Amino acid sequence: MRAIGIVLAGGNNHRMRELSQKRAICAMPVAGSYRSIDFTLSNMSNSHVQKVAVLTQYNARSLNEHLSSSKWWDFGRKQGGLYVLTPTVTADNSNWYRGTADAIYQNLSFLRNSHEPYVVVASGDCVYKMDFNKLLEYHIEKKADITIVCREMEPGTDMERFGTIRMNEDYRVEEYEEKPLQAKTNTISCGIYVMRRRQLIEMIEKCAEEDRYDFVRDILIRYRGVKRIYGYKIRDYWRNIASVEDYFYTNMDFLKTEVRDYFFNQYPDIYSKVDDLPPAKYNVGSHVRNSLISSGCIINGVVENSVIFKNSFIGNNCVIKNSVILNNVYIGDNTYIENCIVESRGTIRTNSRFVGENGKIRIVVEKNERYTM
Amino acid sequence: MIKKEMIAMLLAGGQGSRLGVLTSKVAKPAVAFGGKYRIIDFPLSNCINSGIDTVGVLTQYRPLKLNTHIGIGIPWDLDRNIGGVTVLPPYEKSTNSEWYTGTANAIYQNMEYMESYNPDYVLILSGDHIYKMDYEVMLDFHKANNAEVTIAVMPVPMEEASRFGIMITDANKRITEFEEKPAHPRSNLASMGIYIFNWKTLKEALLARAEQPALDFGKHIIPYCHEKGCPLYAYEYTGYWKDVGTLHSYWQANMELIDIVPEFNLYEEYWKIYTKSEALPPQYLSSESVAERSIIGEGSNIYGQVYSSVIGCGVTIGKGTVVRDSIIMNQTRIGDGCQINKAIVAEEVRIGNNVKLGVGDEAENDTAPHIYNSGLVTVGERSVIPDGIAVGKNSVVYGVTTTTDYENYYMASGKTLIKEDEA
Repeated sequence: MRAIGIVLAGGNNHRMRELSQKRAICAMPVAGSYRSIDFTLSNMSNSHVQKVAVLTQYNARSLNEHLSSSKWWDFGRKQGGLYVLTPTVTADNSNWYRGTADAIYQNLSFLRNSHEPYVVVASGDCVYKMDFNKLLEYHIEKKADITIVCREMEPGTDMERFGTIRMNEDYRVEEYEEKPLQAKTNTISCGIYVMRRRQLIEMIEKCAEEDRYDFVRDILIRYRGVKRIYGYKIRDYWRNIASVEDYFYTNMDFLKTEVRDYFFNQYPDIYSKVDDLPPAKYNVGSHVRNSLISSGCIINGVVENSVIFKNSFIGNNCVIKNSVILNNVYIGDNTYIENCIVESRGTIRTNSRFVGENGKIRIVVEKNERYTM
Repeated sequence: MIKKEMIAMLLAGGQGSRLGVLTSKVAKPAVAFGGKYRIIDFPLSNCINSGIDTVGVLTQYRPLKLNTHIGIGIPWDLDRNIGGVTVLPPYEKSTNSEWYTGTANAIYQNMEYMESYNPDYVLILSGDHIYKMDYEVMLDFHKANNAEVTIAVMPVPMEEASRFGIMITDANKRITEFEEKPAHPRSNLASMGIYIFNWKTLKEALLARAEQPALDFGKHIIPYCHEKGCPLYAYEYTGYWKDVGTLHSYWQANMELIDIVPEFNLYEEYWKIYTKSEALPPQYLSSESVAERSIIGEGSNIYGQVYSSVIGCGVTIGKGTVVRDSIIMNQTRIGDGCQINKAIVAEEVRIGNNVKLGVGDEAENDTAPHIYNSGLVTVGERSVIPDGIAVGKNSVVYGVTTTTDYENYYMASGKTLIKEDEA
């Protein structure tokens, strides 16, 4: 592969409500056994990108823990590898990353010291599968300066949280609007870009000189008439996690056979850190319907249309409906949970009741003392 | 200079013929256990949890699966710059090339390996037991007693003692006598096949008895050390320890994992058991599924009903299928409308629709009643059973079978159907 990778993992979003207090979105657990950054990292690895930098600054503890070893994504190599780059104080800089472009600027040596001619820049909060080789081929064929991966959204999608683009019949980007109140198209940017490494260095340096810090606003939008920016349309599954609703429904998507089949059974695989947990255990009284259960769970109650992450305990006589239970949650006996996301490591007392009313998703953060045997 | 206080030598070369078709293509230590594990994971995890980071694994019988599983030892954190896990197969020498002819002979042939780590102590383990044990505590015991050889023993019921090597000790746990499978046992302390040797003692004994054909620890090395007057001690272990040498004991040990609080608890944070994860995704249970008193591995898809069973990774169980009291290993697919009762189904088996396993009354197996008994149906690795077949108890199916192999879609209890495709 003739490209290096940059994963933008810094972000946080107030739309994630309480869930963002603990971790960056990239470290959000997804689909029972994964974290959202696993999808981008696995795509990089499966596309034979050898050298990948993860740029992170917001609440990176959970993410750092997840990335503590690069071997799970097969990045433990002498050539290249996985670099986790957090902001550092240097002789001439004492700022945090002031934006995505600034984050790249502060780590420009990573780009300078590489020899691969191209760079794939991707955000770490999307759930998708992609062969970046095909993207690069397209980029070269179009003689583009920058290629943006884009996707048409179903009519009625809330476009306010995306960047929308309008292209001509040759897929050249004519207009790019960030988070429009009234979208003119339903084609959105997926937050994945490819360009020449030298071109990126040049643009980022220019931005820094002019005190501009944002990759989208100060590069994509600013240069859209000047540079040859093209769109690369994908039709496969793609979802980003930008709000509690996105997060909830992304997890629920994995209850669909076709989504599971696409991610779990079709080549190539998605990798994640291995946790060494025992198989899930179903005791007498457990009744699980249309749900995903992860390793290390012990189930004693009823679970319906839900995703249960690793190492959770569900007590006797519990009913869990239409909910997402994150890692290492303990749910005491006789508890009823519906339309909820239960934050990881929570302990829910016996005889509790948590319901998201009127189809609204409720976030449950319960930090009670856990009775341990 | 390289120096390790204690290294482990793990004997993993045996076939384990009493596991029948389960070991026809894999060595016993590589047989799946407890949903996602393989038997060798237990001693390997014990090693790393006990702080032993240098393990030689002696292989001989059908090592492919074992080699793939161990790799460079990543799952057990045994990928080390110095030490780590090393697979040691028999090798050709300029004179006197031979297979491993006995447990101690295998160790003897790897003298060079042990020598290179300059150890004070060598721990000898076998790769076919299910247990959690802190070898460091055993080493402390060994040191405290100034022993030259320490043998791990466990108390067994007196009536079963005649099946084991029995140690007779004095009040200080020093071994005074021992008997191999005695008719009238005088003690109930059975050897677990786990030894700590002072390296010097072991080396001396191996060299002295090198010419002995089928050199064995229990039969030759231990008696040799005893006769020489070395201090031999018995380290008593009272935790869970299970020999899974027969199909029945293998089945039973698996079934014990599904108790509410199993005696052998895999869910403890402390003393984790590590394995090479063969699948990452969560498991899916459909709207019609039932799972009760069971453990299920990663990436399995359950559309049917599972009661009191141990299911591996990547297993598919079809709609309307009922699995009871069975062990289904990794990557096996069972079709719709089947009834699986008290069966051991090995890896990557394909079972069609409406298949019934374990029907009718028990009858003694016609070829190997000492292996296939206790009412179990055993299906070997990569076997295929076509739609609509019914199979009786104490039976065995192995190979790619078609309807012509069965009489009227039926195989009676006690029958054996083995179709070997290649060597």
